[in-house]
Amino acid sequence: MKPAPFAYHRATSLEDAVAQLDDVDTIVRPLAGGQSLVPMLNLRLAPVNKLVDLGGIDALKRAEEQGDRIRYGAMLPHAAFEDRRVPDGSNGLMPFVGGQIAYRAVRTRGTIGGAISLADPAADWLLTVVALEAEISVFGPQGPRTLPAGEFVTGPYLTALDHAELIDAIVVPNRPKTERWGHYKATRKIGEYAESMAIALFDKESNKARLVLGAVNGPPLVLEESAAEISKGANADKLSLVIQHELVASDRGFSPSKLHLHRTVSLRAIQNAGLL
Amino acid sequence: MKIDVTLMINGKRRTMSVEPRQSLADLLREDMRLTATHLGCEQGVCGACTILIDGQPARACITLGVAVDGAEIRTLEGLQDDELMSILKESFHDKHGLQCGFCTPGMLISSWDLLKRRPKLNEQEIRLGMSGNLCRCTGYQGIVRSIKAAADKWAGSPSAREEAEG
Repeated sequence: MKPAPFAYHRATSLEDAVAQLDDVDTIVRPLAGGQSLVPMLNLRLAPVNKLVDLGGIDALKRAEEQGDRIRYGAMLPHAAFEDRRVPDGSNGLMPFVGGQIAYRAVRTRGTIGGAISLADPAADWLLTVVALEAEISVFGPQGPRTLPAGEFVTGPYLTALDHAELIDAIVVPNRPKTERWGHYKATRKIGEYAESMAIALFDKESNKARLVLGAVNGPPLVLEESAAEISKGANADKLSLVIQHELVASDRGFSPSKLHLHRTVSLRAIQNAGLL
Repeated sequence: MKIDVTLMINGKRRTMSVEPRQSLADLLREDMRLTATHLGCEQGVCGACTILIDGQPARACITLGVAVDGAEIRTLEGLQDDELMSILKESFHDKHGLQCGFCTPGMLISSWDLLKRRPKLNEQEIRLGMSGNLCRCTGYQGIVRSIKAAADKWAGSPSAREEAEG
């Protein structure tokens, strides 16, 4: 047995889980798919006195179409998106992203809510939900609340979750059918966390573009100036300059090599969206 | 404090008392003596401990035994009479899909799942699908050849066609 001893509670409902987490004297952590937390427990890097397992809460494993948006339960595994067992309103972007996270044996257990709660800057879903302008639905001792995906992550592994709060769902608006997306991820080995990754969206009907960059030492960067240039139909040279400028002007202090990598990845995402 | 869990392991119902911190891999190897499931890195990287939980591949080293209460677990031992697994084992033998054999149980389970989901595969798709399993002997050439040979054989078998239709 690798981890240090801990107590275990299999939560029967969201309310039960939150009641268990609402403890200031001991370290209580929620267990979702465990694909990041259990390795950390095995390495004894994540201290924990008690685990609250969310695996028994069926309400968190459902996806529901709600008019112009889809509400995805936080405990849906990546493979549910990959296999299209849940509805999609993103023109195939979410199934694509779900199918290229880590490896199949991880995707069957790792969950969308768990991945977003961990807030690893290089995590796939984080970038995706920010790009799709989703909302994060949260439940805690004070009841439910909702916040924009762009405001959920505050730094590397830091989120807006308060004491004993949990993500219960991710609410993704249906994107226009005429919108195209492009994704690009730079990794040294397949299945690894990204060195850089970007998603570009462009809807020719409304002429609206969106460019979001991930693996950037904190929350994903929404590159608004660059997106405005995409809408104007800028060529690759012009876009490269604007992206470079916007990255330098950000607060992330990129090294010259990182700037080069992020700029290249952003351009490739735009290319993969069928632009340029 | 130990917790009671009931699992269906390779078709047999087992109830046992486990410590919350015990991994499913340790439970299988030490309590059940099912030692085909190998432990390499114990942090979810190498894939040697890949098993099937409710028919889906998973890393037994980063799955807690208590967290899979009620699940159906299948290890390599439990696929002894499986047609596809027999084809894979034969191919690994014929095409030199192993040297020391430590990674082989994970390789077999992962490739079994891959071929169940996608009966027709080219070399590139095999390499992509097997990227979560590490081998430190073969350089992967023999493994990829083995899976390709198995894929071709499986694609032509009546059971594969039945599964594709069903």
